[in-house]
Amino acid sequence: MAFKIASSPHVSTSLHTNKVMLRVALCLIPGIAAQLYFFGAGTFIQIILALVTAYIAEASILKLRNKPVADTLKDNSALVTALLLAIAIPPLAPWWIVVIGTLFAIVIVKNLYGGLGNNIFNPAMAGYVLLLVSFPVQMTDWVTPHSVAQHSVGLRYALQGIFTPEFINLGHNISFDGKTMATPLDTLKTDLSMGLTTTESLLKPIFANMAGVGWFGVNLAYLIGGLIMLKLKVIRWHISFAILGALFICSSFGFMLNPDTHISPIMHLFSGGTMLAAFFIATDPVTAATSAKGRLIFGAMIGVLIYIIRTFGGYPDAVAFAVLLANMCAPFIDHYVRPRAYGHRSGN
Amino acid sequence: MSKYPEIAKQGLWNNNPGLVQLLGLCPLLAVTATLTNALGLGLATLLVLVGSNILVSLVRDFVPKEIRIPVFVMIIATLVTCVQLLINAYAYGLYLSLGIFLPLIVTNCVIIGRAEAFASRNSLAHSAFDGLMMGIGFTLVLVVLGGMREIIGQGTLFAGADLLLGEWAASLTIHVWQVDNAFLLAILPPGAFIAMGLLIALKNVIDQKIEQAAPKPEASTVTRARITKVS
Repeated sequence: MAFKIASSPHVSTSLHTNKVMLRVALCLIPGIAAQLYFFGAGTFIQIILALVTAYIAEASILKLRNKPVADTLKDNSALVTALLLAIAIPPLAPWWIVVIGTLFAIVIVKNLYGGLGNNIFNPAMAGYVLLLVSFPVQMTDWVTPHSVAQHSVGLRYALQGIFTPEFINLGHNISFDGKTMATPLDTLKTDLSMGLTTTESLLKPIFANMAGVGWFGVNLAYLIGGLIMLKLKVIRWHISFAILGALFICSSFGFMLNPDTHISPIMHLFSGGTMLAAFFIATDPVTAATSAKGRLIFGAMIGVLIYIIRTFGGYPDAVAFAVLLANMCAPFIDHYVRPRAYGHRSGN
Repeated sequence: MSKYPEIAKQGLWNNNPGLVQLLGLCPLLAVTATLTNALGLGLATLLVLVGSNILVSLVRDFVPKEIRIPVFVMIIATLVTCVQLLINAYAYGLYLSLGIFLPLIVTNCVIIGRAEAFASRNSLAHSAFDGLMMGIGFTLVLVVLGGMREIIGQGTLFAGADLLLGEWAASLTIHVWQVDNAFLLAILPPGAFIAMGLLIALKNVIDQKIEQAAPKPEASTVTRARITKVS
């Protein structure tokens, strides 16, 4: 019998990066399904485009960097990045949007910083911010949820919309006009800036329930996926609950102070990308803080930032900016929130 | 023994103010959204740099060491004011589009850096040539960066060249490709940082290749036959 001699930790599991990433991807399925149901088949095509781009980009850049291509591709991190980016962008955005975003995420944000494990910023969110900053028009035109629109977006329709932007621009198809509109958060923000109160704005058909048609369901589905991830111990609860808690507390205060000009806490939690960010994006182990206390601070920071940017900022949703800003602070948080080593006094 | 080739090499490549010394990053990143702006600011900086190097070199023996920096700053500020007034008079459009960055040339570290590190220690001709080479090196980086960002961002080159060169230059504008949507990131400051990082990386790659290609000088190992004890 051979004894394996190794330094601690002695308890190891077979849960490697590729399995963790695969589980994250699988837990995204409920949310993606909900998105396909409410917003049509566009997202499906975006996912395929993002995946193809991500794998080609990752393979080429790894080759350039003289790294093992096949082994690294198998870690599934490109898969998760591509998925997160593809579901974050509008389903009917032109094809080059998702391609540019994925290229930027994989090549510049991930690999030029040293590859998986060395990136400072969450690749998917950095790619998203690049797109939002560069192409604000395309990035804020979200598909009308199918119960508000007259027809739902089928696969053929989505293909046409994504690959031939003229299809929309030239107005070949008049009914296409009704296919895209601003997201509920965006609509509400525009209305508030035009002097309407929240209550008046909420009478619009897109706000048929509290968080906007479709968005409530999508967020609920991501919440379910996130809870499954918690159960599988893919992520820990600190970051997600800190985000949701901080966002809930901030928005409740705002709503109590002046319900006419503030968005309700329920809408904050169940509209936009809140649940996706809380469970799938902010919990990225590479770019988040590492200790339990650090994660609570990191999450709370994201929650507060989401509230501040949504309420006072110029962009319709704030999740991506909040995550990136918190990413920047993660090393700083880690530096000051070190777990106490056994035998040392705390604070030393 | 002429120092000129060495000075030229330092200014244009080895010690390029933009790519290696990373001086003057603020104007470098802020105004390079189009080739015209980049060229305009590059030329203005070049003028100031040559002038300040000449003047500093002339007065270097009369200025007490303790107050040299204020004196240099005064010289530079004077020249910047001259250049600013000239541009205001002859290229008003460019003056408007360069905005605050034109007077801010006075704070460009390349200029005070060259005055302190080179012109205050070298002869007039050498200093003037150093100013010229450093200025060209800086302008080249600005132009490459401006060109890259303009092509990626708007798909044009030399847009607004008439601001710099007069009415006739309006026809210089080249439409590299037609874009429906400007790629805003390339025009915004983050794009400048990313493009700058890529340029520096490119320079380092080229340097590495040159170093690898160059035959390594034989390490001259002196083997001593015997060691005598020195007491």
